[in-house]
Parts: sequence; C-alpha cells; structure tokens
Amino acid sequence: MSYELIGISVLWLFLYGYLIIASVDFGAGFFAYYAKVTKKDHLINQLISRYLSPVWEVTNVFFVFFFVGLVGFFPDMAYYFGQSLLIPGSIAIVLLAIRGSFYAFENYGSKDNHLYMFLYGATGLLIPASLSTALTISEGGYIEETANGVQLLYGELLTSPYSWSVIFLAIVSVLYISAMFLTYYANRAGDEPALQIVRKYALFWSSPTIIASLTTFIALSQQNTDHFQRAIDLWWVFGISVGFFMIAVFLVYQGKYYGWAFLAVMFQFFVAFFGYGASHLPYLLHPFVTITSGVTHETMAIALIIVFIAGFLLLVPSLILLMRLFLFDADYVKGKK
Amino acid sequence: MFGFETVELSRALTAMTLIFHAIFATLGVGVPVLVSTAEFIGIKKKDPHYTLLARRWTRGYTITVAIGVVTGTAIGLQLSLIWPSFMQLAGNVIALPLFMETFAFFFEAIFLGIYLYTWDRFKNPMYHWLLSIPVVIGGTLSAFFITTVNSFMNTPQGFEMEEGRFTAVDPLAAMFNPATPTKVFHVISSSYLTAAAVLAGIAAFIILMKKGSLYHKKALKLTVMMTFLFAILTAVAGDLSAKFLAEHQPEKLAAGEWHFETEEGADLVVFGSLNENNVVENAIRIPNALSFLAHGDFQAEVEGLNETPEDERPPLWIHYMFDLMVSIGFYTLGISLLFLLFWKMKKWNEFHPLLLWGIVATGPLSMLAIEFGWIFAEVGRQPWILRGFMTVAEGATTSPYVFSMFVLFALVYLVLAIGCLATLRKIFKGKPAELELEHRYPQTAAASKEGDE
Ligand code: HDD
Ligand code: HEM
Ligand code: HEM
Repeated sequence: MSYELIGISVLWLFLYGYLIIASVDFGAGFFAYYAKVTKKDHLINQLISRYLSPVWEVTNVFFVFFFVGLVGFFPDMAYYFGQSLLIPGSIAIVLLAIRGSFYAFENYGSKDNHLYMFLYGATGLLIPASLSTALTISEGGYIEETANGVQLLYGELLTSPYSWSVIFLAIVSVLYISAMFLTYYANRAGDEPALQIVRKYALFWSSPTIIASLTTFIALSQQNTDHFQRAIDLWWVFGISVGFFMIAVFLVYQGKYYGWAFLAVMFQFFVAFFGYGASHLPYLLHPFVTITSGVTHETMAIALIIVFIAGFLLLVPSLILLMRLFLFDADYVKGKK
Repeated sequence: MFGFETVELSRALTAMTLIFHAIFATLGVGVPVLVSTAEFIGIKKKDPHYTLLARRWTRGYTITVAIGVVTGTAIGLQLSLIWPSFMQLAGNVIALPLFMETFAFFFEAIFLGIYLYTWDRFKNPMYHWLLSIPVVIGGTLSAFFITTVNSFMNTPQGFEMEEGRFTAVDPLAAMFNPATPTKVFHVISSSYLTAAAVLAGIAAFIILMKKGSLYHKKALKLTVMMTFLFAILTAVAGDLSAKFLAEHQPEKLAAGEWHFETEEGADLVVFGSLNENNVVENAIRIPNALSFLAHGDFQAEVEGLNETPEDERPPLWIHYMFDLMVSIGFYTLGISLLFLLFWKMKKWNEFHPLLLWGIVATGPLSMLAIEFGWIFAEVGRQPWILRGFMTVAEGATTSPYVFSMFVLFALVYLVLAIGCLATLRKIFKGKPAELELEHRYPQTAAASKEGDE
C-alpha cells in the first residue's frame, strides 16, 4: 500500500470513529431536550447524563485528530478548504464552542438550565449539518479558482439538491445512531421505562435514514457522475450495509440482543462509509486535489504513520480503561456508583 | 476590503483567539501540577485538607478545561481557515508535532475524565493519585508540542526551499529547531507559575475577605511556595530565552530593548519613551546589563536593530511588552520570597493584609505576563510568519469575510467568558470549603476548628 493510501485510510478510520461517538453524543443532546419539552425527562435524562459525562471531551478530540491529520498528510487541502470554508468552518467552530462549553456549564454548574439544554440540543443537529458541508464541497462544482484565489460559490451550495440531501442524511443518521446506542445502554442499565422510550426513537428514525441514503445517492448522480459511477461499481458494499441495517432494525423490533443490534449499526455505517470513501478516490477535492497530488513529503508521511501507530498503542489501552470503568461497568451503568 | 486590510484583520482575529485561548491553555497546563501535588501531600500526611483542596481545584478546572478545549479547537481550525497558504507550505514540515499534540490532548482528556469520576472508587487513594500523572504529562506534552510549532515559525529549519516548495523535509530537525529548548522551558515554567499564582491569589483573597480557616492558610502556604519555585525557574528560562534571541533572532531582542547601534557593554533600557528621531528618553538605564542578558558577559557585543533591513524590523512598541513581563516576573519572585521569609520568621505575621493583597495581585499579573510575553514574542517576529521564508501578508487568506468572522468570534468569546465566570461562581458560591470539610471529613473539621482559635 502506498503512503497516501495508508494515510487516508487511517484518517478515514478516525472520521468514522468521530461519526459514531459524536452521533451518539449529538443525538443524546437532542433527545434530552426533546424529553424535557415533552415532560419525559425524569425517565431518560439520568441515563443520558451518566453516559455523556465522562466522555464528552474524548469526542471532540476525535474531530481535532481528523482535521489536524488531514492537513498534515495533505497540506494542499489546508489551502483549498481553508480558503473556501472560512464561513461554514467558522460557524461550525462557533457551534462546537457553544456546545462544549455549555455542556460543561450545565453539567458542573447550573443543573437543568433550560437555555443550556436547548443550546445543547439544537447544536447537536446543527453541527452535523454544518460539518457535512465539507464533504459536500469535496464533490466538486461548489468552488472556483480565479486569479484572486479560491472562492466558495454560495449560490450553488445553497440551491443544490445534493447539498441539502447530505444535510438531511447527516441529521437523521445522528438521531438513528444515537437512539440505537441509547437503547442498548438503557437495556444494560436495566432501566425498563427509559428503554421503552429510546427503543421507540430508534425504530422511528430507522426508515428516514435509509430513505435519506437513497436520496443522497440519487442527488450524487446529478452532482458528480464519475463518483456516482464508481459507487455503482461498488454496489455490493452498499448492499452489505443495507443488510446490516436490516439486522439491526429487526433485532430492536424483536426487542432482543440490543448489543448485537448496535454492533450491526456500527457495521452498517462502517461499510457504507468506507464504500463512499473508496469511490471518492482518487479525488480528495474534486477536481483540485487527488491523493497523489496533495500528499505531503515521504519523510513526513513516514513520520506521521509511525506516530499514528505509536499513538494507537497509547490510546487503545486508555480507551479500554475508560470503557471498562464507565461503559461496561455494570454497577456504574446502573447508577450505583 | 483590499488585500492589505484583510491581512490586518486576519492578524487581529488570530491574535484575539490566541490571547483568549492562552488564558485557558496556561491554566490547563499548570493546574494539574498543583492538583497532583496537593493530592499527594494529602495522602502522605493523611491530611484531608489537602485532599479537599485537590478536589475543589479540580472542580473549577473542569470549567476552564472545557473552554480551553473549545477555543483550542477554534485556533486549530482557524490556522487553516485564516492562514491557508502558510499551512499549505509549513504543513509539509511541521505537521508532525501538530499532530502529536492531538495525541497529548487525547491522553489528557481520557484520564481527566477518569480522574474526575473516580474520587471514591479506589480503596487505596494512591491509585487515584496515579491517575493524575497522565493528566499532568498530557497537559505539559501538549504545551511542548505546540511550542515547537511556534519555535519553528521563529527559526525554521529541517527543509530546503526550491521554487517556493519545500523539499528534503526532515520533520525532527524542524521540531527541534534552535528556538525549541528555551521556548519550551519558558512556556512550561511560566504556565506552572501562573497556575500557582492564580490559586495563591484566590486563597489570599478568601483569607482577606472571610478571615479564612486553617484550610485556606494551608492552601496559601502551599501555593506561595510553588509560586516562588516556579518564579525562579521562569526567570532562569526567560534569561536563557534572551540569550537565544541574541544569537538567533537578534532583531527581536534589539527591537524589544530599543538597542539600535551594535556595541559592546550595552546598557539595558527599562521603560522610557522614544522621540521622533528614535532617541530614548526618560528611561532607566542599567549599565552593561543588556550585554549580560544577551551573552552572560557585561562587556559582550550586542547586535543593534540598525543591522536589520528597515522593512524587516519588528514594531518598537514591543519594548513595553518585554519590560512589563520582566517587571511582573521580578515582582512575583519578590513577593513570594517575602511571604516565605515572614512565615519562617516566627515573630513576623505572614498574614498581614498588605502582604496578602500583594499576593492577590500575583494572580492577574502573572496571567498578564503570559499575554505580554506572547505579544512580545509574536509581534517581535513581524513581518514574518515563517522567519526568512514567508511574510504574514503572503500567508493570509484572501477571503473577503474576515471582518464578519472577527465580530462573530468576539461575541462568542464574550459569551464564553461570561458563562465561565458565572458557572465558577455558581460552583463555589454558598459552598464554602469549611462546609464541605464537615460533610466529608467531620473529624478533621472538628479538629481544625480548635486549631483556628
Ligand atoms: C508568567 C509569565 C512570564 C514571566 C513572569 C516572564 N515571562 Fe518571558 N515569556 C512568557 C511568560 C513570562 C511566555 C508567555 O511564556 C513567552 C511568550 C513566548 C514564549 O516563548 O514565552 C515569553 C517570552 C519571553 C522572551 C521571548 C522568547 C522568544 O521570542 O523566543 C524572552 C526573551 C523572555 N520571555 C524573557 C523573560 C525574562 C528575562 C523574564 C524575567 C523574569 C521573563 N521573561 C518573565
Ligand atoms: C497561546 C499563546 C499564544 C499567544 C497568546 C499568541 C499571540 C499572538 C498574537 C498577539 C499575534 C498577533 C501578532 C500581530 O498581529 O502582530 C499572533 C500571531 C500569530 N501566532 Fe501566536 N500566540 C500564541 C502561540 C502561538 C503558537 C503556539 C503558534 C503556532 C502554532 C502561533 C501562531 C501564530 C500565527 C500563525 C499568527 C499570525 C501571524 C502573525 O501575525 O504573526 N501562535 N499570536
Ligand atoms: C503555547 C501555547 C498553547 C498552549 C500552552 C496550549 C495548551 C492547550 C491546552 C492545555 C488545551 C486544553 C486541552 C485539554 O485540556 O484537553 C488546549 C486545547 C487545544 N489547543 Fe492549545 N495551546 C496553545 C496554543 C495553541 C495553538 C496555537 C493551537 C493551534 C494549533 C492550539 C490547538 C489546540 C487545540 C486543537 C485544542 C483542543 C484539543 C481538544 O479538543 O482537546 N493550541 N491547548
């Protein structure tokens, strides 16, 4: 495998990690607020905050990891994305800043502050929407390079069906992944009333997810025919993803094996995400940057890969420790600690 | 908006974000060291006062860390958004430490999460203390990595330049450039110093306002002791930084010291003003001291600013930044020494209100010194973003929207600052340490009440 392929694969793996744990977090914020409005918060918010409290910072680091790594491996991306994404990027930063800090304010300071919970819930949906813009733009057709530098074509972006379908897909996937996780977590905690509620959420959000995926596919065929064609060549990958989706929904519907159901959700997205990524190549940013044109120097690439590996060796044990203490420690999950 | 203005705005936006981030980053690096020390002393002396100290500090720390994380994420993204050409070029050489920094955060974040929620989960309290070590290491390592990036901007090396592109990249040489040792040493020691001084200031303030209990007096003694220790380290590191500048970035030192003609036995100019002919007036002159600061020898030759081409000279107002930073450094060193002397002298009262007010001041002052130091270091690099290779104007974005973003971020930082203060107030107001002590450790609380009399 070439360096750039290793590089992009590892980065993609991190983006996938972010996709999963951030979705759980974003969706949970929304559900917590929704439950408060519908006066069901006494049933599920305890559960949500027990899970979120210890891990909120880790989520953010995954994201930082991805973009710092992307810029490191493919410095040209810093130029094109940096030039064109000033406004969407800044909006995403502001939303992330509000979310992170107000979560801390809420959690450690003013418990049950209505405004803070609203901000936490609303940003949970707006952040995926704004971050997904970066993926949309990478399909090409939304930025132009002139003598004055690189410019984002806001008109194109705001009127394009593809861009809206990606936003829609991002939001519903967040709610679906999150509800699936909370179902599993509620079951582990043996919290029957909470389980009933979040299980309903999970089933409710499953069909929009699959519909949104299909719409996005169709819109892609309008936006970037080449990419669409490469995706069609990988049809079996997306088929496997749909298979996992059906397993997950079936299990939750049956009310059994929630752990396996959530694993199936993870596989569903893993497969689809890598299918999408693989068909996206060789372009990182159509048509300006490909993985070979944009890659950093060989010495730097090697150094970065070594650090990836060393870092993994450091992080995996620490993550396992975190999970054993909070996620899989039955007493903690049940609220006895 | 024309190109020129965009550059100014980009600099202003970067400066605002970094100045705001530096407050929280500095505490993020420093406070874990104090928490860990207090918890350790608490375990060794079996004195719950110290354990409670660590607990309460950590509680405040969670809030400042949260803002450190979000503003750090902001600056990380902004580097690409505002300086795309710079990142495209420099990213080839300096991505390694930037990337390793995220690992350091990751490490720190994980263990901070565990540390926070496991105070009473272990039979042996030493295990809980051990969890503080990775937090300390993570924070300090992240300061180390990010400072190597900043050092690289000052003394770039580890590559060759051909037709505007870097070739023959050596990431390690770039990371360990000439500026790295002194800069890292000074940044880390000053972060520890500032955290100690801020906590000492808070303890002194509470003693002044509420007469304070044994708990606060112990807190004050511990933090002032650490302030003194780190103030010495910071001064040593600062002195080494000046010697580094004299050798590798003479124009920054010369501009900071208003030293125009190359000469032997150069005087140190303290404060003062410049008239229209750039002649120094109203200044305190310390004979030969600049030569000593720059080379450790009172007679050594120090390069003057006139050696630097006019369009490559940094602005001269950074002189005040340097002087303020150094004055604060000596003030902090002096006042903490005074407290320690009064404490050791049985007859003297180390809790004299004047002395306590002096200590209260070290908190905000040392934070100001951090800002002055950074402004001196960063503005002193002007007009370069990558000294000798790329100017600030070449590195900046050409997007026309920088001004709106500046306003947006100014608002966000305002909201964050207010939220942070309000939350800290909420956490500690009406929950004095004495009450918590009684609640958690009734025996110690009873004993220390007697001790207060
Ligand atoms: C509590 C904060 C604090 C205090 C008391 C001091 N400094 Fe400082 N100084 C910093 C905080 C700082 C800093 C924020 O950490 C800087 C900014 C950039 C850097 O490398 O460190 C800095 C930079 C800095 C530089 C520029 C380094 C460079 O650009 O490469 C010099 C020469 C000094 N300092 C020298 C001193 C001296 C001689 C001090 C005497 C006591 C001193 N500083 C006290
Ligand atoms: C946290 C401490 C820091 C503070 C308070 C700080 C402060 C500042 C200030 C005041 C400026 C504006 C200078 C001017 O406009 O004249 C600036 C510029 C800048 N700094 Fe720093 N800085 C810090 C650390 C760093 C580090 C570690 C890096 C490297 C990653 C960095 C990268 C930059 C860049 C790219 C600019 C814009 C270019 C320029 O104006 O020179 N800064 N910083
Ligand atoms: C020398 C000056 C700086 C110091 C000492 C410093 C230190 C810190 C600290 C202690 C945190 C909190 C992280 C935590 O506790 O988990 C933080 C966050 C962060 N900083 Fe800075 N920082 C500095 C300047 C910068 C600059 C210039 C950048 C841009 C490249 C940057 C990027 C970040 C990022 C991305 C985060 C958030 C990481 C996360 O999500 O956990 N920092 N920084």
